Amino acid sequence: MNSKKISFQGVSKSFALKDTEFAALSDVSLDIADREFVTVVGPSGCGKSTLMGMAAGLVEPGTGQILIDGRPVAGPGPDRGVIFQQYALFPWLTVRKNVEFGLKLSPISPEERRERAQRAIELVGLTDFADALPKTLSGGMKQRCAIARAYAVNPEVLLMDEPFGALDALTRVQLQDQLLRTWSQERRTVMFITHDVDEAVYLANRVVVMAARPGRIYKVIDVDLPYPRTEEIRLSPEFGRIRNEVWHSVYHQAPAAPVA
Amino acid sequence: MTAVTVPDTPTPTPERRRTRRPVRGIGLNVIAVVLGLGIWTLLSRSGIQGLSGPVEVAVRGAELIADGTLPADILASLRRVFTGFALGTALAVPVGFLMGWYGTARGLIEPYVQFFRTIPPLAIIPLAILLMGIGETPKVFVIFLAAFLSSVVATFQGVMDVDKTLINAARVLGASDRVIFLKVVVPASTPFIIVGMRIGLGAAWGTLVAAELIAAQEGLGYRMQQAQLYYDLPTIFVGLISIGVLGLAMDRLLLLAERRLTGWQERR
Repeated sequence: MNSKKISFQGVSKSFALKDTEFAALSDVSLDIADREFVTVVGPSGCGKSTLMGMAAGLVEPGTGQILIDGRPVAGPGPDRGVIFQQYALFPWLTVRKNVEFGLKLSPISPEERRERAQRAIELVGLTDFADALPKTLSGGMKQRCAIARAYAVNPEVLLMDEPFGALDALTRVQLQDQLLRTWSQERRTVMFITHDVDEAVYLANRVVVMAARPGRIYKVIDVDLPYPRTEEIRLSPEFGRIRNEVWHSVYHQAPAAPVA
Repeated sequence: MTAVTVPDTPTPTPERRRTRRPVRGIGLNVIAVVLGLGIWTLLSRSGIQGLSGPVEVAVRGAELIADGTLPADILASLRRVFTGFALGTALAVPVGFLMGWYGTARGLIEPYVQFFRTIPPLAIIPLAILLMGIGETPKVFVIFLAAFLSSVVATFQGVMDVDKTLINAARVLGASDRVIFLKVVVPASTPFIIVGMRIGLGAAWGTLVAAELIAAQEGLGYRMQQAQLYYDLPTIFVGLISIGVLGLAMDRLLLLAERRLTGWQERR
């Protein structure tokens, strides 16, 4: 892989919890290469969402720094698209207006805005629902709309925080395939948070396994499976082997500190 | 780039039950009204001292309409309510936004809002008369206060309750604070503001009659007070019914506006 796109350097973060300090993240260092697809798995409380929030510029690191293209993160910006688990669509806007939201903030002509929104909507297969309000969409369609909204501004980095976590298993698999298809067409750097081991292995070049108390990187596992990923790959022995390794790292972590 | 379609059907959402009432419901409503009128007639016939029946009240209503008193009173009352209500909400919305958006403003304003909220606006009347005389000002002021206090709290709660994820979603798309405020906070809190306006209108209307007890020359409250002096029960009933019908009509209008403006809300 080529240059570092996202670089976490000795990042720590703690929250005050009643009268104790709760270490959400402790000295996390991780480099994500340009156009790499990295998934982050770990038990709840391991700080994986906090880590992503820092890359997005929504959470400030306690110590350490996060570099995007070698520059420290200073707040959120349209170079990094974020997709939230709760979809976060503006409920008073139609699908098209939601997708255009970010485009309206960039200096492009109305024609180009419309065209780019249309392209993003087509990309996620929501053409027939472009003028529908979010309340009329299913969970999967809402998330596709959110993905289109993020794609429309053409970010180099996609940060996805358990985007398919609230969806049923079938829809989740469909959206995973769709995400990989669009990713292979337009390669971006993706950091994808999940608690689903299968999903983590299926999507990624690399799986980062985190541990809790304190939140830290437990293990980084390479996924040497070719793209495009297919059902065949999902059922292959090699996939099974990696999946077992990840599963084992997530669920049978050696305790680092005595649990309070 | 090609279109990739995932076979996906929208999950069948149960048909949203709007408050469109089935015919049966309306039928029951009519029956209830007729029954109520019947009981009223019976009560007045049974000789409760001076209680006038529906027919008598209807006749008086027709008289009052014919000689122009009722329309003039209604107009005077509506003018007061709307002036007070308009001023109250016009101030409540920006103040509510200010309180919801800036911690400093909240800290400075909230004690006053919470304190005055516990005082019934009617209790302000004696003070208002002494300070503002007996003209239109104290009446409108009391109504204004009632409308303002009830809608400012709703607005500010609405702004406070705006989903943080929506704000973050706008922020990561590159929105500035100004854009977030105008394009996210304002629309997201509209439902709360309208609820606040409905409460405010109720409060304004509720304060009206008492406010008109302050040496008014016309208005529904004044008319009823006059009628009380002359033991004129039918006129009192006409006044009460007018107040009820107008209040209901105004509330329905706001409800209609609410449907229009906040139809995007997901109702559970």
